[in-house]
Amino acid sequence: MSSPIVSITAPANPVEDFLRTDRMPHIWCPGCGIGTTVNCFTRALLESNTDLNKLSIVSGIGCTGRVAGYTNLDSFHTTHGRAIPFATGLKLASPDMTVVVYSGDGDLFAIGGNHLIHAARRNIDLKVICVNNLTYAMTGGQTGPATPLDVITATAPYGTYDPAFNLPYLVEAAGAVFVARWTTFHVKQLARSMAEMFKKKGFCFIEVVSPCPTLYQRRNKMGDGLDTMKFYKEMSKTKHGAPTNEVGLTKSGEIIVGKFVDRERPDFATMMNAHLQHELGDQYIQAEGPVCG
Amino acid sequence: MHADPVGVLTGAHFLDGDHAACEGAIAAGARFSAGYPITPSTEVVERFSHRAPKIGATFIQMEDELAASIAILGAVWGGVKAFTVTSGPGFSLMMEHIGYAAMTETPCVFIDVQRGGPSTGLPTLPAQADMMQVKWGSHGDYEIIALCPNSPQECFDLTIKAFNFSEQYRVPVFVMMDEVVGHMTEKVVIPRAEEIEVEPRRWTTQDKSSFQLFAPCGEEQTPEMAKAGDGYQVHVTGLTHDERGYPNMTPAVQDRMVRRLVSKIRDNAEKICLTEQHDIEGADVVVVSYGITSRVAQRAVETARAEGLKVGSLRLITAWPFPEHIIRAIAPKVKGIVVAELNLGQMVREVERCAGGQCRIAHVGHAGGTVHKPEQILKAIQEVAR
Repeated sequence: MSSPIVSITAPANPVEDFLRTDRMPHIWCPGCGIGTTVNCFTRALLESNTDLNKLSIVSGIGCTGRVAGYTNLDSFHTTHGRAIPFATGLKLASPDMTVVVYSGDGDLFAIGGNHLIHAARRNIDLKVICVNNLTYAMTGGQTGPATPLDVITATAPYGTYDPAFNLPYLVEAAGAVFVARWTTFHVKQLARSMAEMFKKKGFCFIEVVSPCPTLYQRRNKMGDGLDTMKFYKEMSKTKHGAPTNEVGLTKSGEIIVGKFVDRERPDFATMMNAHLQHELGDQYIQAEGPVCG
Repeated sequence: MHADPVGVLTGAHFLDGDHAACEGAIAAGARFSAGYPITPSTEVVERFSHRAPKIGATFIQMEDELAASIAILGAVWGGVKAFTVTSGPGFSLMMEHIGYAAMTETPCVFIDVQRGGPSTGLPTLPAQADMMQVKWGSHGDYEIIALCPNSPQECFDLTIKAFNFSEQYRVPVFVMMDEVVGHMTEKVVIPRAEEIEVEPRRWTTQDKSSFQLFAPCGEEQTPEMAKAGDGYQVHVTGLTHDERGYPNMTPAVQDRMVRRLVSKIRDNAEKICLTEQHDIEGADVVVVSYGITSRVAQRAVETARAEGLKVGSLRLITAWPFPEHIIRAIAPKVKGIVVAELNLGQMVREVERCAGGQCRIAHVGHAGGTVHKPEQILKAIQEVAR
């Protein structure tokens, strides 16, 4: 008998447990930032010791919409723009669940814009991660609600002329209790910010500015993924508490990053329970999660 | 299993159809509703908002029907039974999530209190013109179940039935009311909880490592359920998916998945098809109707029989899946079939298809806004019997 061969196994990547490795390779392009954000997300889950059986992830449609499908969590890939109302139902039916909404700028702010502002207004306890690649990437790089002025897109061949939303400003105005922005260059800060958000109750929002080298960067001659990292490094300025009306993005200008908003406001369920308890007294029976069969 | 007594208002009540449907949903175990106001359906969720805090249920009024129709699906995956309510214009907006519910096999109930259309149409007046929309309104191939109550009592009874079918087949089920049934007030008897049969959600007990959320079980060809938080790490997507729920963009998986979504209902259609039949044996003419129109048709049938005509009646309680086998059996034996409905020709197309030219088909259409006059239906019976 031959002597046993020393087995050499590569140390498992600590994020592997969080991923459906049987679904790899993923669909994202080389240089795309979405995978980087997922790495930060898994590190935030590790860091925050979140009970993974009590965490669900809900995505809409688009490149970022595919995140739910790659995470080894209870995961829901919903319809275009509707991740937030799906997540609202899930959260209300399952109050102990941490519900993360992970989607893109087009999904959350154009087709899903109405749902986003109303969930923020109600302060539904959702953790929203918006990967902002400034375009509709899945469909080929058309103009989106976050596309800055004067950039070339598939549907703006002569450049854009409709102003973009300033995402943190809009979300703060609508009522979010936690608003931050990072780029995919800021991996440590982003992971920490996500971990912080998991512990915060109420409607929380993190914008992650992220490259789409295949469509946005290429059409606008902004280089590849690495060039975009250099651009983010050079142009980003951390300004915690910056007034959100001053953080709008432009094509090649400064990118203000940091935690802009962190305030206290009772969330929807807290308001509902307190109010109904006050009005109905002993008659009030609080919904306590799954009840059928 | 039996209904949870907490939600059941046992006794005789004087209720309109909208309120009765709400009580049916509660008795069936619904503990979540998301709604958006629209005439003539709003009373259903108004009552639910009043009842919910006292029975451990949650109501939320959403920003639009798109949101309401997917919030209920989120709630279902959180572990509760859920429903929403609407009428024509809102129903049009909900089509997106009817497809998503069918695709993801999410058990849920939609109540559509039909009003005159198209577009804003007649907000306060009846029609039965969403009957094809409910079957075909979302894109792609799928099957649903639709039930048509003709009284407040049936609004109660059939809403329970709708929830039970939805759990049995993991499919969206529709209670297709109309403005008249929704707003007419009649006696509604709510039985004791132990007399109400309620279909429990079919939670899986399979091993976590091998359970497949979309693998068919039993003659219903319907998979078992797991909810978020059960430790199964479910993945649910509107993309074409395999039995694990993983996206798969191949024609082979598309074929397998869509065929099962369709066959789980079509193969079980005879069990799902509920009808009320009178005097069909030996009849020359059979009158087919459903919902409020069946009550007008009844008068026409009685008058015709008093005149000596051999007339039977077939009321569709289940409109979808369409009771093909019944029409196929009737058609060769009668002179003709009269179809009365508050639209300009929807379910009659199914009757024609199944009759296959073996008898005459007379349609008594109506553009909506009120119900038929019995004489209109009677006239059609007399013509066909001649």
